[in-house]
Amino acid sequence: MKPIWNDTQEYDLKSGKYVKIWQGPQHPGVTGNMSLELLLEGDEIKWLKTHVGYLHRGFEKLMERRKFINCFPIVCRICVPEPDTNEYLFAAATEELSGIEIPERAKWIRALNLEMARLAATIMGLGGQAASFGLGTIGQWAVAHRDFLLDSFEELTGGRIYHMYMIPGGVRYDIPEGFAGRLEKTLVKIEKLISDIDKVMFNNAVFKSRAKGLGIIPKDWIEPFGITGTTARGSGVNYDVRKDHPYLVYDRLDFEVNVGTDGDVYERSLIRKEESLLSIRLIRQILSKMPKTGPVRTFIPDILHWKIPAGETYLKAESGRGEYGYYMVTDGSEYPRRVHVKGASYTHAMALLEKLGEGVTNADIFGLMVSLQTCPPEIER
Amino acid sequence: MSLKDIISPFNAWKRAFEKPDTIVKPLSERDGADLYRGFHTNDIEKCIGCGSCEEICQNASIDLVDVASIQAKSGDSGLRPLIDYGRCCWCALCVDICPTGSLKMSNDYTWVTDDSDAFRFIPGVDKKKWDNSEKGYKSFKEAWLVNPNREHASEKAPDIRKHDFDEYAEGFSDEQALVEAGRCLECGICIQACPTHMDIPKYISAIRKGNLEEGLRIMYETNPMLEACGRICTAKCEDVCAVGHNGKPIAIRSLKRYIGDKTFRKKDEIMDLKPVQQTGKKVGIIGGGPAGLTAAFYLRRLGHAVTIYEQHDKLGGMLKWGIPDYRLPADVLQREIDFIIRQGIDVKYNVKIGKDISFDQLHKDNDAVFIGVGAQIGSDMPIRGMDTEGVYSGVEFLEKVSKGEKPFVGKYAVVVGGGNTSIDAARSSIRLGANAKILYRRTEQEMPANREEIREAKEEGADLMILSTPTKIEKLPSGGLKIECLKMELGEPDSSGRRRPVPKEGSEFYIEADVCIMAVGQKVEPEFSESIGLKVTKWGTFEVHSDTLRSNDKVFAGGDCQTGPDDAIRAVAAGKTAAYFIDKQFKG
Repeated sequence: MKPIWNDTQEYDLKSGKYVKIWQGPQHPGVTGNMSLELLLEGDEIKWLKTHVGYLHRGFEKLMERRKFINCFPIVCRICVPEPDTNEYLFAAATEELSGIEIPERAKWIRALNLEMARLAATIMGLGGQAASFGLGTIGQWAVAHRDFLLDSFEELTGGRIYHMYMIPGGVRYDIPEGFAGRLEKTLVKIEKLISDIDKVMFNNAVFKSRAKGLGIIPKDWIEPFGITGTTARGSGVNYDVRKDHPYLVYDRLDFEVNVGTDGDVYERSLIRKEESLLSIRLIRQILSKMPKTGPVRTFIPDILHWKIPAGETYLKAESGRGEYGYYMVTDGSEYPRRVHVKGASYTHAMALLEKLGEGVTNADIFGLMVSLQTCPPEIER
Repeated sequence: MSLKDIISPFNAWKRAFEKPDTIVKPLSERDGADLYRGFHTNDIEKCIGCGSCEEICQNASIDLVDVASIQAKSGDSGLRPLIDYGRCCWCALCVDICPTGSLKMSNDYTWVTDDSDAFRFIPGVDKKKWDNSEKGYKSFKEAWLVNPNREHASEKAPDIRKHDFDEYAEGFSDEQALVEAGRCLECGICIQACPTHMDIPKYISAIRKGNLEEGLRIMYETNPMLEACGRICTAKCEDVCAVGHNGKPIAIRSLKRYIGDKTFRKKDEIMDLKPVQQTGKKVGIIGGGPAGLTAAFYLRRLGHAVTIYEQHDKLGGMLKWGIPDYRLPADVLQREIDFIIRQGIDVKYNVKIGKDISFDQLHKDNDAVFIGVGAQIGSDMPIRGMDTEGVYSGVEFLEKVSKGEKPFVGKYAVVVGGGNTSIDAARSSIRLGANAKILYRRTEQEMPANREEIREAKEEGADLMILSTPTKIEKLPSGGLKIECLKMELGEPDSSGRRRPVPKEGSEFYIEADVCIMAVGQKVEPEFSESIGLKVTKWGTFEVHSDTLRSNDKVFAGGDCQTGPDDAIRAVAAGKTAAYFIDKQFKG
């Protein structure tokens, strides 16, 4: 296969025809601390380079110096909008390597937690998508509705952003009394929000004219770039870890994933909208199907000196942005030998954006970046 | 693009007519969720400063610091956690591991101050507005990160064990020891409570690492009688164990026994004690009990020549003559003593100071003398009939049992007293075929004996008769004893803190028995203390400096003969202390 990207274009900056500007790492348009080096001819981007490294906190290395239980509070910090996938994968990897089976009810609560997190992330993503095209109202609605979900998280887990709830062995404690009823009220509100978004965003001349045809990812790019999640599904690739490699209780849930065809920003946003409705349906299913009582945590003896037998594993889960993976190696000591985190947007947030950005106007580049769900903290770990 | 796409966005205006979701007063504070992880609170009275929070904090944001208003005491380090909010990540693992449940979090959201140093604070000491917050994250039983359940070594059923003097409690299996060691938080609260300050967390950690040799070496640093202590120690460490605040304390004594049991066969090889340089100083030790043996061991390791003068034909003191075999088998004690003696200690058996050798001679021959003769004489009760045939003192009875003699107990034995000697006497008489009844003047609550032993005695069929005291003993024509008793009731607490028993008028009753064993206290042999001419207290114990155990010029005393009847571990501690100060005196 021919390389789909080469970095050999040369532009004569002294010609006065081009201007080079940097956007980010501190810029309201970029989706985190990352910067774009743009070469513009008029309003059109001729050449684009992505720069990461502004948010490198070295989590993978930090984990090698921390006992397993001490890694539990830091993994969530790898991804701000949807930290729970990290918590789940870290806990699941330690459980698999140490041969711990978690209680049935804990599996359902974890799935509930993951779907709530996905919902919070997707509606904020929709708001961000709208806002990046100047539809700020939707951004405000979305953030407010995410906040209602954060209230639910606060009630369930004790934290709003970083939940630190899926502890190795299960979850920290059981769902509070009457939680399902209060969550349902929030879900109804979000459903109404999505129906409003449908009218105001997806049936909007401004959004349509800017998003349709922007950043088209052909289907045959998906595999070489390793694109997953809603970005891949927007281009017609039917792949969802929840369906194809079920984990937790997803094999017992009744759902279909949404797949699009066009592969542009509009299609990807539409898939994300459907995705949030799917999360709402899944949350309701989980709450009705989960066992009503039972333990929620398998006790891990000697947690301060927890040793995990030597081994390695790669576990993956579907995050709102695509396949998220944890590769963990243990050597029988109290510390993980190596933890490698595969961030969901790592595969396409840099190289693909550079490729897609060519020919896009400066005004649309952020809309494109948001549609790829670029998340710098998970790129850098 | 259609007309609909132009009109549809105006739907946004509909929201302008709806009730807003935002709060009316954005600046007014609202409560967090019931379990919100807000700011730390600490009940400093409940907190024991164990430092488990510091241990689990992945950001090193907790530091245990000295707090002026808190006095360190047994079971409380006197330190309290200082939290740095510049580092804290609010994961609340510190709350989840806190054994006392003192550390909690309020459900407050905001704390604004212009003093950046204020964000390093000691919860509970530095007063904060959320200190009395009812809600917020607190530790749940099910969220506690420590295993609250203790492992139990198997033991023979009461019906079987009560027929012989064989050891009934088995030691931990390897699996049990690992599980039990895994419960330890390594906080070290226990070290202070142990009279000889054994490094308990370190030897438990050695078990966890599977390095029992290292565990044995750690134990010998502070206690050369570890195998005996692993069986009969009163385990003051377990009373203060941090895990005991929320579950059952770590079985420290059993873990100690586990190391001893697993390593005794290779003890010489493991310890690999090399001969030390001789100092030329001579120390005479009177009494080969736990205090004397411990002092001898450490003095010998410091290079001094040590001679033990023992009035019996075997060493061990009260461990040998006062503790029956079913609790401490003779061979276990003997192998432990043999190891100590093998370090080059000279022992003179069957020698009584003041009779066979004069104390002055001993004083002249040695550079220092340590007296560890114990409290060997059973105290009498001031009642009539104490000299009746069939009335024994507890120590006398137990000594006979230990020698393998079978003292007469008949069918019914009455034991008077509530201490360990009384329980031992009762359980021994059961093993000799009698029904035992224990008379105690207070209630079971106030009994000084170990709870465990009281329970085991009851399991074996000992009958506990509380709030009763004998007043007169007389011989019945049939050959038995008639013990007249009086019922008591509890009055005001006395100087020991226990409620004083007060006789109840008109409550006289009597019991018939074949023997009566008096285990109401022990004292130092008065003839001995008179013969050596040292200062004694009003209780007949030797008066020495409380820290150095020094009496005068070169005479030191420790153990039961200095403290009055107490447990073995205190005697070991006294031996260790005396060895240290004798050596210090030699070095000037």
